[in-house]
Amino acid sequence: MAHAADFELIESTRPALDARRASRPKPASKRWRGAVLPLLALALWWSVSETGISRSGLLVSPQQVWHTGIEQIASGALWRALSASLARELTGFALGTAGGLVLGSLLGFSRLAERVLGPSFNTFKQISLFAWIPLISVWFGLGDAAKVVFLSLAALLPVVAHVSDGIRNVSPELLEVARVYRYTRWQVVVRVVLPAALPSVFTGIYLALIYSWLATLGAEYLLVAGSGIGNMLIDGSEQFRMDLVLFGIVVIGVVGWALNAGARLLERRVFAHRSR
Amino acid sequence: MSELLSRAEKSIKRGIKQSIKRSVKQGIKQGAEESIKRSVEPDRANDLQIRHVSKNYAQPSGNLAVLEDIGLDVAAGEFVSVVGASGCGKSTLLRLIAGLGAEFDGTIRLDGQAVAGTSLARGIVFQEHRLFPWLNVEQNIGVALRNSGLDAAQKRRAIAEHIELVGLVGFEHAYAHQLSGGMAQRVGIARGLVNRPSVLLLDEPFGALDALTRSRLQGELQRIWAQERITMVLVTHDVEEAVFLGDRVVVMQPRPGRVKRVVDVPMARPRNRSDPEFIRIRDDVLREFAEPGGLVDAASSTTVPTSPRAWPPHADTVDSPITSWRLAW
Repeated sequence: MAHAADFELIESTRPALDARRASRPKPASKRWRGAVLPLLALALWWSVSETGISRSGLLVSPQQVWHTGIEQIASGALWRALSASLARELTGFALGTAGGLVLGSLLGFSRLAERVLGPSFNTFKQISLFAWIPLISVWFGLGDAAKVVFLSLAALLPVVAHVSDGIRNVSPELLEVARVYRYTRWQVVVRVVLPAALPSVFTGIYLALIYSWLATLGAEYLLVAGSGIGNMLIDGSEQFRMDLVLFGIVVIGVVGWALNAGARLLERRVFAHRSR
Repeated sequence: MSELLSRAEKSIKRGIKQSIKRSVKQGIKQGAEESIKRSVEPDRANDLQIRHVSKNYAQPSGNLAVLEDIGLDVAAGEFVSVVGASGCGKSTLLRLIAGLGAEFDGTIRLDGQAVAGTSLARGIVFQEHRLFPWLNVEQNIGVALRNSGLDAAQKRRAIAEHIELVGLVGFEHAYAHQLSGGMAQRVGIARGLVNRPSVLLLDEPFGALDALTRSRLQGELQRIWAQERITMVLVTHDVEEAVFLGDRVVVMQPRPGRVKRVVDVPMARPRNRSDPEFIRIRDDVLREFAEPGGLVDAASSTTVPTSPRAWPPHADTVDSPITSWRLAW
């Protein structure tokens, strides 16, 4: 074993070091570079409204937006709108993802299903989601049911596409290894296909989360009824309250960012040991 | 006839204890028997018999003969190298032995049993490591044991033993992307051996490695083979590797794939790549590839630069660079 041990030193330390180096977080100075542009924009906005170059009601000051924000939070209006929107988004996301996992697995595993359903699904995919709005509003009204249906549709499409792709693109080399070791069909599915497809499945679910949040806003604009962040924006524009509109936009951005960051964090946890 | 011969051989083998004489036959050159000496006697009597194996691929332009009437017997515990240009069907032959190929003509028997489909009695190591990226070293070796019928404790022990065998102690929990190419291939070898197969098939296992790692792993493989006494069949296009590792070197030629010649390597191990005898045998094999098509007689090709006199002086201090001996097809 002594013979084996002495070249491990040469053979192994490099990649192990490289792996550690790659996973080390970036230094703080580099991480904050992304904040430069928003801070500059904020400074410009603030200086423009301070110096009084623009006295138009179309441009409100940052301080005004800030106060509106505080007031919305304090009165509970923000929380009501946000919880209504998030409940909708998560319901639609959950339904769409569940349906997408089933349909995607069917298309990925069954050649028959792929031949029968594949072309229809690919055509369906090409139709803009918003084209379904009139139909949905006639069938399901303008309430929460219609919105959830729309969101589910938005979440369904990426999940189906990525799940079926992930299953179909499992490396034939690895399937052959399973054959060498006499894996049963069930073992191949559970031990090889699913783990191999998992990164692609995760990408599909991640996209579903993002799409369904974007679609939440679309649904609230187009199927106007009830409360939500989208309705807060509509109210703001109807009452000519730019501070409310801008505050709504900030909230939407923060929620989108949080969803994105949460999904990325989870992905990094789940696939920590895999090479990317 | 040949069955009778092999049965006779086995009874002789059991009779003599030390300095065993083993008759080795070749399907195409029947009757030509040569004996080789081995210091250790394999504890199992399982021969790999390949008889009249042919394989055709149906193509639009007609049938493409990949293998034509291959005959080869590998004795238990023997190391046979199969060398040939790409397209000579050597990998196809190996896949047929592994049970990964579809239909073929002829018979392949291991320990008297005809090969049909894959079996845990036939391990294989591929050119690419083919490790599951979501499993660590331990779990990847465990892949081979899933249907072995061993209980959890036995599996753990077998895995630990094989990690030690291939020199990866301390890397049990590393994932494939954290391993160098050579280390990943060691895991591949451990996975191939962990079921204690009757025969381990190696499909250009070191083909994708750099020269230094390759020569190291060749030495390691030789040690593992001597230690484990498992029959091995190595497919390679590296003549030096074939001679370094094999008891015999089977030279194949393409279109259609056939056995051209079988060269004995009656040298003790570990072998020295700069030993004059080693160089002589290596050049003898290389001469088979001297002319395009490789159909010329070894004796009439003394003018090609692969003749022994054309090589650099037989310095026994430095190993010649391995890369220069790899046939670049």
